[in-house]
Amino acid sequence: MDITFKDVDYTYQAGTPFESQALHDINLTIADHSFTAIIGHTGSGKSTLVQHLNALLKPTSGTVTIGERKITPETNNKHLKPLRQKVGMVFQFPESQLFEETVAKDIAFGPMNFGMSAEDAAKKAAEMLNLVGLPADLLERSPFDLSGGQMRRVAIAGVLAMTPEVLVLDEPTAGLDPAGRREIMGMVTQLHEKQHLTVILITHHMEDVASYADHVVVMEHGTIAKVGKPSDVFQDVAWLQERQLGVPETTEFAARLQKQGFHFDRLPLTEVELAAALLPQLPREAVQPHDE
Amino acid sequence: MTDVTKIIEVEHLNFRYPQTEGRPALNDVNLTIEQGEWVAIIGHNGSGKSTLAKSLDGLLPLTPDSGTIRVAGITLSEDNVWNIRRQIGMVFQNPDNQFVGATVEDDVAFGLENIGLPREEMLTRVHAALKRVRMLEFADREPARLSGGQKQRVAIAGIIALQPQIIILDESTSMLDPTGRIEVLETVRELKEQANLTVISITHDIDEAANANRIIILDDGEIKESGTPAEIFQYGERLIELGLDVPYAERLKAALRRQNLVVPQQYLTEEGLVDWLWTLHSKM
Repeated sequence: MDITFKDVDYTYQAGTPFESQALHDINLTIADHSFTAIIGHTGSGKSTLVQHLNALLKPTSGTVTIGERKITPETNNKHLKPLRQKVGMVFQFPESQLFEETVAKDIAFGPMNFGMSAEDAAKKAAEMLNLVGLPADLLERSPFDLSGGQMRRVAIAGVLAMTPEVLVLDEPTAGLDPAGRREIMGMVTQLHEKQHLTVILITHHMEDVASYADHVVVMEHGTIAKVGKPSDVFQDVAWLQERQLGVPETTEFAARLQKQGFHFDRLPLTEVELAAALLPQLPREAVQPHDE
Repeated sequence: MTDVTKIIEVEHLNFRYPQTEGRPALNDVNLTIEQGEWVAIIGHNGSGKSTLAKSLDGLLPLTPDSGTIRVAGITLSEDNVWNIRRQIGMVFQNPDNQFVGATVEDDVAFGLENIGLPREEMLTRVHAALKRVRMLEFADREPARLSGGQKQRVAIAGIIALQPQIIILDESTSMLDPTGRIEVLETVRELKEQANLTVISITHDIDEAANANRIIILDDGEIKESGTPAEIFQYGERLIELGLDVPYAERLKAALRRQNLVVPQQYLTEEGLVDWLWTLHSKM
């Protein structure tokens, strides 16, 4: 399911004295099965942009096409349910939206709301809990007895229970420790690779962009400032640093080495790439084969 | 030599949350922190970090056999807990949960009103505190409209206005974006220098831990190790289990080692690694 934005503008409280333009001139295609990262400062329009992905917001002008469905300023709010089922949204700190007595009931809430029988929804809940990597014995526990990382996964399981084709995650690792961050990103990668979900990730972690995304959108002042493959976008270190957006640590480190006199055809994004690029530039004596 | 004083002394501290089985949350913790020191406490979730911080501020129901805590020479007890709390300011994780005032200024003044400071003195202190965290121009704004980093700086202003000797950061930067995190750490570093504050930061952030004079590793409620950032950072991958990230220089060293390059064992800063690589390169 491709998603296309054509000449999209969005103005909050349009036609009132409080109107403020949040998005302008958005033209963007998010391909089916891609992994897109959206980066940019607080207030750059990232969240407004993703709320167009399931018509929580409709453009003030322009068109958003989500699969077969066209959303324009005139689109009626009725009949949006099928679309909302196809595009799952995981907001920031999703664990704050848990409310049921048990994990099973919480995950089953969405599917039942969309007309699934209680029995099927219970089955679905068990399946989804497994998909987010949590043990089945948590099903009958209260979601509020779980750790922060576990609660977050239960909330994500609730979104996945709607069997979306597109999964939108707004800073899914915010507030977690490094181990928790790795777990969540590992889970997202699995969903992308094994369940073939299209993933759209809002993040401040350039390491995650470098490691997981195949497409990156840089938002600035309500519009797209740059878009492309991470390996292309991150070449312009000075441009990103001027905007205080940061670059992956490897890219920054390689840029420092370049100033010292090392040479790179293209700046690497991961330490593995950097190590490989450095090796030919170091004396042979420094390399010693291990007995492995 | 400057005169070094022990601002915090913890002896044989034990604590178990009521109605819990199994391991105690804190098990025979002994810890001394000197005035003006910056100590980072690290450990995975559930290791006892926040429990230790709460104990210092008298926020735990300690019993007489729990051990002793001395803050600025005063032994913590039910009678003097308020004296001790005057010495300690705490900044918590979620900036949205610590605002009470309708404006930035009111919020900073809240703690001062509570201790019954005369109005003139209060205005002077609020002004000075906001100036020191560089938020003076936001004095009449609504806290809700600030960025995460700005909110945490206002929270810090509220604390320094009370002129404590110790500031505890309990994962205070973990919900901030990279810019906000840098803002807050810069602010704390400056305050520490100017006012000889003692800083205790509970953190998962490697850059925050790198600011400390000393890092303490807590695991299962016990102090497992303690050392300078350079000593602790050479643990490499093990740091992940301890709730920290691996410093970049260590990650690159590991990748180079996998390419069979002979790399130095001791911890290198990024600066140090650039120099080492450059020296090697110039031998070609």
